[in-house]
Amino acid sequence: MAILKPILYILVYPGLIFLMVYSTFCEWFDRKLYARMQNRIGPLHTGRSGILQPVADIIKLFAKEDIVPEKADKGMFTALPVFALAIVCTAALYLPVWHYTEAASFISFPGDLIIVVYLLSLPTLIFFLAGWHSTNYFSAIGGVRVLTMLFGYEIPLLLALLSPAVLAGSWRLVEIAAFYQNHPLLMLVNVIGFFIAVIALQAKLERVPFDIPHAETEIVGGQFTEYSGKKLAFFRLLGDIEMVVGAGLISAVFLGGFPGGLLPGLAWFILKTLFIIFLLSVLRAATSRIRIDQMISFSWRWLAPLGVLQLFIVIIIKGNMS
Amino acid sequence: MEYKVSLGPQHPALHEAVSIRMTLDGEVIRDADLKLGYSHRGIEKLAEERSYVQNIYLTERICGICSHSHTTCFTQGVEQLMELVPARRGLYIRTLIAELERVHSHLLWLGVAGQEAGFESFFMYTWRDREVVMDILEWISGNRVHYAMNIFGGVRRDIDELQKKKILDSLGLLKQRTDYYLNLAASEPTFIGRLAGVGMLSKEQAVALCAVGPTLRASGVPMDVRKDDPYAVYAEIPFEVCTADSCDVLGRAVVRVKELIQSYNMIEYLLKNLPEGPFKVKAPRKVKPNEVYSRYEAPRGENVHYIKSNGSDKPERLKVRAPTLANYPATIAMLKSGFIADIPLIFAAIDPCICCAERLVQMDNAYSGESRVLTFSQLRAMANERSTKVNTKKKDIAWPF
Repeated sequence: MAILKPILYILVYPGLIFLMVYSTFCEWFDRKLYARMQNRIGPLHTGRSGILQPVADIIKLFAKEDIVPEKADKGMFTALPVFALAIVCTAALYLPVWHYTEAASFISFPGDLIIVVYLLSLPTLIFFLAGWHSTNYFSAIGGVRVLTMLFGYEIPLLLALLSPAVLAGSWRLVEIAAFYQNHPLLMLVNVIGFFIAVIALQAKLERVPFDIPHAETEIVGGQFTEYSGKKLAFFRLLGDIEMVVGAGLISAVFLGGFPGGLLPGLAWFILKTLFIIFLLSVLRAATSRIRIDQMISFSWRWLAPLGVLQLFIVIIIKGNMS
Repeated sequence: MEYKVSLGPQHPALHEAVSIRMTLDGEVIRDADLKLGYSHRGIEKLAEERSYVQNIYLTERICGICSHSHTTCFTQGVEQLMELVPARRGLYIRTLIAELERVHSHLLWLGVAGQEAGFESFFMYTWRDREVVMDILEWISGNRVHYAMNIFGGVRRDIDELQKKKILDSLGLLKQRTDYYLNLAASEPTFIGRLAGVGMLSKEQAVALCAVGPTLRASGVPMDVRKDDPYAVYAEIPFEVCTADSCDVLGRAVVRVKELIQSYNMIEYLLKNLPEGPFKVKAPRKVKPNEVYSRYEAPRGENVHYIKSNGSDKPERLKVRAPTLANYPATIAMLKSGFIADIPLIFAAIDPCICCAERLVQMDNAYSGESRVLTFSQLRAMANERSTKVNTKKKDIAWPF
């Protein structure tokens, strides 16, 4: 039994199988919402209401011809998508999905919040390397834009995620979630931080208004310009899974996690992540892409100071509590 | 480090084949140039081999958006050559179609601007509403894109009372939606952030570089053929020339939205004051030797047709100057100060129609004065010679990073 649980954890829930299935569902949910908000119908033909469309897209990409540019570093070019997907799936294992008690996750330890943030930053670096190794001008520009954006959103995201952790007095995801389940009213303290985190997550996922690195009308496909076939499918899957993990992280930190054991926990997980994805979709439908300089100045003029303000509020309230 | 990137001839931001050659320094454009000639169709040569009536249908196919602009420009030129006075009711209907076409073209442009700026919702909304005006055009002419309404001496079809009522009903919806877009363009911060201050073209530059249409008017020059040199019935209908002083892409968008509102008022006026009588008169087949220079304010700017007749039923020469061609020099000036992210917006802001503007220029040798005529096989030999000079060996292509 002791061995079975980690295997179940890695392969079934919240590991690979669950992530693949749920992330494609989330992509469908996002696409459908986005389409309805734009007065379109969205995916319709594959499966009921087009629910299998993301799966069909990925299968189609796997069947397509896979081209590696002549001048590209073949090893790097091939390894990067797989590597990035593995990293994001690893990050998912740290989410406190089974219980909120001590035995929540067999790899849970004090400070795992930082690990998840770190693991979610690595794909960004891999996007840059992918762009750089593609030997294409558009990819190189896209890769540089990825890194430039990282300097904009990473600090506000960290500040926003740390505020609830400071209030809860722990940097362990299970304990943060448990704290807010015991004191639900204290969730309201972190409202500013919640919205900063959602906006920063949107930037991390490179979606409108922050789809600057692969702005198709400017630099074609950005860092993915030269990618095709299976490798592109890996990157697409990576984007979906990153969305699920990011939404899961925000709901664990800000919304009180997923209490109640396996099945109620799963229900909470789906409810809360879909809520976050709904917010992300609204943001995507309501805005236009901004320029890279506007993005950086927006992060440092608004997001970072607001993050510091959130931290101040938390410190003052914590001082009054004790 | 400066490096050169070619945007196009195939690129997601470009809807037709054109190449923008840029010298970049990071995200900033240091230098820009345009390379044309990917979609030359030889329309002017074709026109010389067809009769005047056939040429109406040929000029309609110069452009897929301002098809009525080209036929009207051609038709009114030929009518002048024929010394023919078209039917008054026909002229009113011709003007009505012209304004409906302006509405459809400007709504299309708004959507394209949204798409180039990465604002997909705006694109979807404007193109949905564009269907309303497309339906109106279909009720009147039977076609959505190539209306084929013009004939010498008037128009092909009349408008009845039921159509009038239907059009006026649909106009209400369009007006309401346009007000909404005006509000949206004035209040959505990310959209304004992308458009304001981008692609600056001062008043002096705009005049010196011979810009036309909304590009010129957005730089504060109130120049409009409909007002300056009225054709059809524009001298009789009340309207204002819309301008903006901001000299940027936002100004060009504002000018177009204001023109939409002016067009709605004009359409209403035209329908309510439609004169009774015939909508076409009989035209002669042959045209006396003469030449004419016909001007027309297309949605994209001033459109010019030069027609020379030689007494037969075919024109000796037809020269078309589409508005996009006049706007190219200004585009290059605008591109030179921007970021990479601004290229699609600046280029789209002139509402380019690349096929319309492709012309073959045959240059005589300026030094010796000799000119030559090339056959197709000679041209092919020249092209082969040029392509063999291009270095295609793999090891010689350097990747600078």
